[in-house]
Formats: sequence, C-alpha cells, structure tokens
Amino acid sequence: MIQSLDDLEKIKEDFAGRIKKYGKTVKICFGTGCVSSGSQAVYDGLVGALEKESLNKKVRVVKTGCHGFCEKGPIVVFNDDEIFYQSVGKKKIEEDIALLLDTIKNGKVADKLLYKSADKLKKFVSTKEIPFYAMQKKIVLDLNGAIDPEDIDEYIAHGGYSALQKALTAMTPDEVLDWVQKSGLRGRGGGGFSTGTKWKSCKDAHGGPKYIMANGDEGDPGAFMDRSLMEGNPGVILEGMIIGGYTIGSNQGYIYVRDEYPLAVKRLGIALEQAVKYGFLGKNIFNSGFDFDIKIVRGGGAFVCGESTALMSSLEGKSGEPRAKYVHTVEKGLWDKPSNLNNVETWACVPAIINRGWQWFASIGSEGSKGTKVFSLVGKVNNTGLIEVPMGTTLRQIIFDLGDGIQNNKEFKAVQTGGPSGGCIPKEYLDTAVDFDTLWELGSMMGSGGMIVMDDKNCMVDVARYFLKFLVEESCGKCVPCREGIRRMLEIVERICDGEGDEGDIAHLKELGRAVNIGSLCGLGQSASNPVLSTLRYFMDEYEAHIAHKKCPAGVCKPLINYTILDNCTGCTLCARECPSNCIIGDKKKPHTIDTKKCIKCGMCYEVCKFGAVNVV
Amino acid sequence: MIEFTIDGKKVKATEGEFILPVALREGFDIPTLCHHEALGSDGRCRICVVEVKRGSRKRIVTSCLYPVADGIEVSTNAPDVMLVRKSVLELLYARCPEAEVLGHLAKKYGVENVRYSKDHDKGKCILCNICIRACAEIVGVSALGFSGKGMSKKVTTPFDEPSDTCIACGACVVACPTGHIFMKDDKGVRTIWKKKFPLAQCPECSRFHAPVEQLQYISKVTNVPLETLMVCQDCR
Ligand SMILES: Cc1cc2nc3c(=O)[nH]c(=O)nc-3n(C[C@H](O)[C@H](O)[C@H](O)COP(=O)(O)O)c2cc1C
Ligand code: SF4
Ligand code: SF4
Ligand code: FES
Ligand code: FES
Repeated sequence: MIQSLDDLEKIKEDFAGRIKKYGKTVKICFGTGCVSSGSQAVYDGLVGALEKESLNKKVRVVKTGCHGFCEKGPIVVFNDDEIFYQSVGKKKIEEDIALLLDTIKNGKVADKLLYKSADKLKKFVSTKEIPFYAMQKKIVLDLNGAIDPEDIDEYIAHGGYSALQKALTAMTPDEVLDWVQKSGLRGRGGGGFSTGTKWKSCKDAHGGPKYIMANGDEGDPGAFMDRSLMEGNPGVILEGMIIGGYTIGSNQGYIYVRDEYPLAVKRLGIALEQAVKYGFLGKNIFNSGFDFDIKIVRGGGAFVCGESTALMSSLEGKSGEPRAKYVHTVEKGLWDKPSNLNNVETWACVPAIINRGWQWFASIGSEGSKGTKVFSLVGKVNNTGLIEVPMGTTLRQIIFDLGDGIQNNKEFKAVQTGGPSGGCIPKEYLDTAVDFDTLWELGSMMGSGGMIVMDDKNCMVDVARYFLKFLVEESCGKCVPCREGIRRMLEIVERICDGEGDEGDIAHLKELGRAVNIGSLCGLGQSASNPVLSTLRYFMDEYEAHIAHKKCPAGVCKPLINYTILDNCTGCTLCARECPSNCIIGDKKKPHTIDTKKCIKCGMCYEVCKFGAVNVV
Repeated sequence: MIEFTIDGKKVKATEGEFILPVALREGFDIPTLCHHEALGSDGRCRICVVEVKRGSRKRIVTSCLYPVADGIEVSTNAPDVMLVRKSVLELLYARCPEAEVLGHLAKKYGVENVRYSKDHDKGKCILCNICIRACAEIVGVSALGFSGKGMSKKVTTPFDEPSDTCIACGACVVACPTGHIFMKDDKGVRTIWKKKFPLAQCPECSRFHAPVEQLQYISKVTNVPLETLMVCQDCR
C-alpha cells in the first residue's frame, strides 16, 4: 500500500535499482500499429540473440506503447531517444536483428534503419532531430513510447501518481477545481467545452451518488489517438480520473472503451489492477479519507455510442440511443445522477496541470485553447501518424514541416479536420493557427483530432459523399432529420457524382443541410451536414463542374471521366496488356488508343504508364 | 410559477412543465407525431420544434421536451422552425407515402412537392416509438422493440419471431399515429405481428370478443377468474 510521498519515492528507488544493472535500454513499440507490422518478431529475435550472446542481463528490452509513427513501424528506440530505427524487420528480419545487435555491442548506427526525409536527402539518427518529433510538444503522450505500459512502477518512476498524491494530500477539492478552471483546459472529445466549468457544474449539482466517466469510444474512421494513449500510458488516464473524482465528489468512475480495442482494454485492466494493489484506488487513498473505484466497460460498438447521452444509456445497459440534453448530464446523467464525462485525452492532461501548475499549462497554446492537442495526421502527406502539438500551431507547420509535405510533390488541396462532423479547409487557410475556435470559424471543427490531407487528385464532392455514407450507416435512426435527411443528402451528392446533378441541387443541399444541423437531436445529426456545407463553401466550382459541365476536375468520379492516350505514347504496350477489359488497341511502338465504349474506367492504364501518356479528362 | 412569452404573448406555466402543453393550452398551433398524451414525449419526430431565445442565444428545440424557464422567448413560427418542420414532413412523407396523416400535415405546412424518391418498404411506420412504449408502459408486456439502426431501424418483436409475450390486445394499433400496424380478426382468430391468436367466444352470446391470451393476462394481473372474463362485457 502506498500512502505517502515517501512510499512513492521508495518505488522510484526500487525501480531505479531494478534497471541499474542494465547498461542499455532498447524500446520496441508494441502499439497496435507496430504489433501488426511485426514488432513481436523483432522482440523475439532480439531477445533470442541477446540470450545467445549472454547479453540479456545487460540490455533491457522494453515493450512500449505507440510512438506515433506507426506508418514507419516497427519502431525501435535506443536508450533515451538516442537512436531511432524504423521499419525494423519489415524486410529481412535476421539482417535487421544483426544490425540491432551491432548497435548494441559496437554502438554502430545502422544506416538502413534510419529515418530519411521524403526527398531522401536527409537522414536522422536521434528521435529529437526528426522534424516529425522535433516540432511536437508532448504533454499527453509524454510517456507514450517511453515506458512499459504494463508496469506501474515505471510510470511511478517517471512521476506517475505524484499529482494524485499532491492533490489528495496538499490541495482541497476546491483548489484542484480552481487550477483546472484557470488552466483553460477544454474537452478533447470534440466539443471543446471548458473542463473546469463542467467539473464545477457537476460538483455543485444536487444529489448523489455522482459519477465520472472517461470516453474512450473513438469511433471516427481512421482515428487512433485515444487508442494509442490507452494502450501506451493507461496510468495517466486513471490518475486524472481519480483526481477528478476527488474534486467533483464522486466515488465511482467508468472507462468506456471501444469494443474493437482489445489491447487498450487489456492494458487499462492491468493498470487498474496494479493501481488497486498500490491503493491508488479503493478506500482511503493516500490516507486522505477519499475512496474511489473505476470500472472498465466495453462499448456498444457504434459511432454514436461515443455521444455522451448514448454512452450513458449504453453504460446503463440500454440501447445506445442519444436523448435530449436540455437538462444537462452534469445534473442528470448516468442513472439520472450528476455525471461528468470527459474524453480520455482530457483526463490525461489533469495530472500534468497538478504537477506543473495551471500557469504552466495556460502558457502553452493559443488565446482561447490551452495546452496541446493530439492529432492523427493521415492522407496524402509524407509523414503520417500521431502527433501532439501546442494549440495554435498552424496547418502549414503541421502538414509541411512535421508532415514533410505532400506525397510525390503533388499540390496540396485541402485538409479535412474533425472526423465525419468536420469540414474541409482549403489552401488559403494554411496559415490558420489551429485551435477550437479557428477551426469552428472555418466551418470545420477540432473533433477528436483527425486530419486528412488531400491533394489535387481528391474530389471534394466525393469526399462529401464518403462522409455522408459513413454517417448514413452510423445514424442511430432515432430522429427524423438525421435518419432520413443524411440519406437524402447522400442521394443528391451521389447523383452529382454520377453526372446527374441539376441546377437546384446546391440550394436543396444547403437547405436540407441546415435543417438537419439545427433539427437533429444529437451531435451526430447536428454536425452531419458539415462535410457537405464546408465543401460547398470552399469548392463550389468543383460542384458546378460536376453539375453544369459534367466533369470531375480531380478525375475521381467515374461516370464523369474518360481516359485517353496522348501523342507521347511510345507504344510500349504495357497498358494494353494490363487493361482488364482489353479495350486498348494499337501496334507495338505506335501510339495506342482506348475504346471508350468498352473502358470500365478502372484507371489501370493511368497507373501503369511510365511515360505519363494516359490522360484523364 | 414561471413566466415567459410565446410569439410575443405572455404566458404562465408551472416549474417542470414542457413548452408544448403550455403552448397548446394557450391556443398555439404546434404539430406533433411522436408525443402521446399518456406516454409523454420522446423527441424523435422533431416536428414540434420551436425557437427559444434565452438571453442572446437563439436555438431550435423540441417543445415536447424543453422545460419552461423564466423569461425565455418562444417562437412557434420563426423561419428556422418552419424550415425544420417542413423538411421533416417532406422526408417523412417520402418515407411513408401511404400514411394519410403525413399527407395532411405536409400540405398544411407548405410541402408542395416531394423531391425525393418514395420508399415502398417502410409501410406507414415513422419510428415514433409510441407502439413500443404503449406495449411496455400501458399494457406491461414489452412485446415490441426496435431492431437495427439508421435506415434499417424497424419496430418488431424480439428476433422478428412471433412473440411469446404479445397478448394481441391491439393497444399498439390504437396508439399508432399512422395506422401502420396490421391487425385482423377473422373466424375467431386475430392476426397481429405475424402471429395468430384464438379469440375467446362468449358462452352466452357466441360472439368472439377478445383474444384468449389477453383475458389470461388480465386474469393474472387482476385475479378475476378466467371463466368470468370469457363472458363478453355485454353479457357479463
Ligand atoms: C456522434 C458523436 C460521437 C462522439 N464520439 C466521441 C468519442 O468517441 N470520444 C469522445 O471523447 N467524445 C465523443 N463525442 C463527444 C462526447 O459527446 C462528449 O462531448 C465528450 O466525451 C466530452 O468530453 P470532453 O469534454 O472531455 O471533450 C462524440 C459526440 C458525438 C455527437
Ligand atoms: S441525430 Fe442521428 S444519431 Fe443523433 S439521435 Fe438523431 S438519429 Fe440518432
Ligand atoms: S408502428 Fe406506428 S406507433 Fe409504432 S413506431 Fe411505427 S408509426 Fe410509431
Ligand atoms: S504503434 Fe508503433 S508507432 Fe504507433
Ligand atoms: S412531438 Fe416532439 S419530437 Fe416528436
């Protein structure tokens, strides 16, 4: 049982003693991404090799959480970020294990495994030098990738649970609340609501028991920030929640985790068990008289279950349908009791605020949005992955510096932020400092932090269609504007993509889009039109090209494009051989032609032509 | 006592009341579909929307669920209210072209032509939840529920199988605002929710008067002997 600062210090010392005997540390990423690209084989290979060389007592091999660069996984890092290796074991695993061993034994840096910039001109040895990491500021993901998420002692050794100790023994609940309010922390789950204000309303609400909850549902397509956090440093979420419980006056917390995240569930479970063992959960925590318990609940599996009222109804064992929030959930939430729900990333900010002070937190970020935000940067950008940057970092910095620009030197067209409820932001706004309010003003939103980068080969009407389709499938169907309205917007947009749009469609989309946004019951419907409305706002010319000229400028919408072969065709016959519908004709070494009637527009010829002679019109 | 205005008129209400009953009592016109006198509100259909101005903030809310508050200004016909109402009615009408009640409402609220292709597989069901709630809260047997989500959401018995708990009372049929639920009595048999139920024949007048299962259920909850209930109400 840990009951005091001294007890915590003791754990730290023991841990330091435990790892002192090792001369070196090798961290192998065991986040979901790297596990699927093969980190287990790297681990087994390395551990085997070390045993063979009798080095296993000298080198500590740690399985860590996600480093954020999953695309380049498996990631292996030496000591404290001294050497950063990527794509380890992807090709020729034995060779890579030998290289790792060489680095361990002889300090030799393996060129093959280093990260190189997209133009191949620069290569980097240490993590800190790589622009992808150098520009990040890690508060939430501070220990992600640095510690073994299944070992509470390592978390404690890095300062874990010291914020809890401080809050429970040296601060009153009112003081903690005051700090959280002054820190300027806003909810990371999408809405950006002031966390301090929410806590205060729940604390002040009459009646009890009170409940607190962590939202780890993360249903946005392609998002994985919350998963990585839960897998990589579950302790920080638990610590934040216990501090929240103490502040608000709740003795019971729930963590609601998306059902498809078995590894997150497992690691949270281990962290929970270890926290109970040490007395961070249970009765009389840190001898303060405060009791707290946490239960992990697996989600219902639908996107809408991440919505606060649907989540609570799902926690109660009912179907995950949202309900009206005219009476707030801080007053009547879970089982009609005062309830405080925060996103897991929001909870993870709390220990840092307590440890380092609200002034420190409030000094980071922009005017209205404090601290950092974790984004998942994906799409047509060279470096994709999880990043954490101060609020107020510009889109340009994120995409062109950290992200190293657009793949294949193509032209940047737009960035989609905020997941299915967000919108597309065009290049005129690349210098926008990203925060809750600026994104909102641009007709998009922060959402949970998705960022999809698009180039000139992305059709914006098609993008709108993609998100509408997702939302049609995810609408719970409770209220009419969302259930029937989104599907009808999709019908219209599909018609436009098929070249059957007409004059009135734009006005109709705007009108219906507004009706759905203002008339729907929950946040899903209330933001469902954003993908359409924001693309209409910035890319009207593209809609018009589809409707009036029956053209898809990006060359995406099949019914509107034709493939033709230009004069510079060398007659290499490659396209003719690859065409699945056998519709390319021409003699060897003579320009070929496409029989457009038979063409199925699969784009194969365009892909394979080495001379850029296939054109899309 | 709470005081606020509806379309400029000062009105009074009791704390905890929702806007809808107050507005109806005061003679304002607000249509509803998923609200039911005995079952309360559910917030599904969204045609009861009104605009509420609280301080400087205006928003669209469902009047059937929005609690009254001092000083709010309610509009039952602001442009956004009409937009939502009309849009919902056009959408619902396209879903259930056979439902007369929707035809009337659509016309009343200005839907001139329906711009969407009409559905033919949804019957007249608008998913208002009234039948499900009636079965659970008034009858007490919970034979119905929703299955699926989004466009495949529908009202059905568990697993789409003939229900074990349905007593064929027809309360859902009476409560349904659109007349979607099929029920037929023929030759001493009632068909409802894909199941056939024998009707009790009155020993006095030989009339088929109520499903046997319903009488058994009533007998169970009221302790009135089944033999008594088997006699129809006219002959009792
Ligand atoms: C359709 C929908 C899905 C949502 N999904 C999530 C989610 O996966 N995770 C999350 O934290 N918040 C999600 N939210 C937001 C939550 O409703 C809620 O605002 C949030 O969890 C509150 O925490 P915060 O104040 O820390 O952001 C979703 C909202 C909507 C409308
Ligand atoms: S807005 Fe959509 S997801 Fe939300 S309650 Fe209505 S139908 Fe369900
Ligand atoms: S069957 Fe009738 S009462 Fe039941 S949900 Fe459908 S419309 Fe409503
Ligand atoms: S899982 Fe290894 S870097 Fe993300
Ligand atoms: S009557 Fe209010 S939402 Fe249906």
